[in-house]
Amino acid sequence: MSARISASVFTSHVPAIGAAMDLGKTEEPYWEPLFAGYEPSRSWMSENTPDAIVLVYNDHATAFSLDFIPTFAIGTAAQFPVADEGWGPRQVPDVVGHPKLAAHIAQSVIQQDFDLTIVNKLPVDHGLTVPLSLMFGQPDEWPCPVIPVAVNVVQYPVPSGRRCLELGKAIRRAVEAFDDDLDIQIWGTGGMSHQLQGPRAGLINSDFDNAFLDRLVSDPEALSATPHIDYVREAGSEGIELVMWFVARGAMNDLAGGASPTQIHRFYHVPASNTAVGHLILENAG
Amino acid sequence: MGLKKPYLDVPGTTVFDADQARAGYWLNQFCMSLMESSNRTRFLADERAYLDEWDMTNEQKQGVVDRDLNVLIGLGGNIYFLAKIGATDGRSFQQIAGSMTGMSEDAYRAMMVAGGRSPDGNRYLHEWSGSL
Repeated sequence: MSARISASVFTSHVPAIGAAMDLGKTEEPYWEPLFAGYEPSRSWMSENTPDAIVLVYNDHATAFSLDFIPTFAIGTAAQFPVADEGWGPRQVPDVVGHPKLAAHIAQSVIQQDFDLTIVNKLPVDHGLTVPLSLMFGQPDEWPCPVIPVAVNVVQYPVPSGRRCLELGKAIRRAVEAFDDDLDIQIWGTGGMSHQLQGPRAGLINSDFDNAFLDRLVSDPEALSATPHIDYVREAGSEGIELVMWFVARGAMNDLAGGASPTQIHRFYHVPASNTAVGHLILENAG
Repeated sequence: MGLKKPYLDVPGTTVFDADQARAGYWLNQFCMSLMESSNRTRFLADERAYLDEWDMTNEQKQGVVDRDLNVLIGLGGNIYFLAKIGATDGRSFQQIAGSMTGMSEDAYRAMMVAGGRSPDGNRYLHEWSGSL
C-alpha cells in the first residue's frame, strides 16, 4: 500500500466567516444560509476524515511580508501557530503538521522541477484556518494533521492556473510514492469573485463564478488556461485567488488517466462580507 | 520592449505588481509592524512619532494619518498590508473595503447583500470616463 489522494475540497476562506464563528454569530440571518451550505460538508467530513490534508492557501501579508515572497511554499514543521493578523489571533487550535509526509512531498515535487520554498516557521492566517473551521466546526483540536502549501497571490505576477494545475499533478505523484498507507485530502482555497480595494471594491460576478465551478469539474485543463487579466477584470482583483483551486484539482485521478471524480457537494452564496463564497467536494473513485 | 500590463485598463483597480511594491516597500513594512499588539498601542498613542521611525514619504505618512486607502494604494500600498491599519482601528474588512468606494458604510453593505457590484459597466477604463 501507499498513500493516496481520496478527495479534494474547494472553498473560499473569507476572514469574516471565521469571525462569525468565533463570535457566535452563525445563526444570525446574515450568516445562517452560508453555514447551512456547509452542513452537508461537515457530515461528509465526519465520515471521511483523512489521515492528513494538503491545504493550499495564500498568506495575506502574515508570515510573508515584503521580505520574502515565495511563489510556492510548503510547511514542513511539526506545528503551525495561529497568527495575529492585527485583530488578535483567532481562538482556534494551533495546526499540527505532518513533517514526514511534508518533507517527502517537498523532495519529490522539487525533483519534478517545482522549486518549492521549504518553510519551517509559518504562522498561519485565516486563509488556512477558515477552511478548517468551515469543514470541522469548532473542535478542541483539529482532527488530522495539515500540510500547508502557500501560493503567492498577493504580489503580481502570481503563478498561472496552468502552473498550479501541474503542481497538483506533481503533488499527486509525490503522495502516491509515499510508502505509508495514508488517506490524503487536498484542499484548494480562496476566491471566488471579490475585490477588496479601490473604488471598484465589492465586485461580484456570479456568472463567472458558476461557470468556473462547472468547468473546474468538467474541463479543468482548458479552464486552467484562463489568463490573469480575465480574473482581474471579471472576478475582481482578489478573484485571482481562484488559481489556487487548480492545485487541488490537478491532484485528482482523472488528470492522471483515471476515472472522473464524483461531485459530493456544491454550494454558492453571496455575500460573505465582500466576497462570493464557492464550495465543492470531489471524491476519487474507489 | 517593456512588460505588458493589461490590468492598467481596469477601472478603480490597482494591481500590486513589482513597481507598486517597490514604491510602497516601507509603507507596507510599517503596516506589517502593526501585527504586534505592543506596536499597535504605540502607534495609536502617537501616530506621527511612530510613522517617523519609518523611511516613508511624507505623502505616505499623511495618507496613513488620513486613513485614505485609495491614496495609499496609489503610493504602493497593498490592501492586505493596509488592512492592518484598519485592524488597529478595530474596523472590519468590510468597513475597510467600503471606505474606498465613496459609498457610505450602510450603502456598501446593502450593495453586497443585494449581490455586490455588477461587472457590467465596470470592466474597462473607458466605461468609467466622465463618471469619476
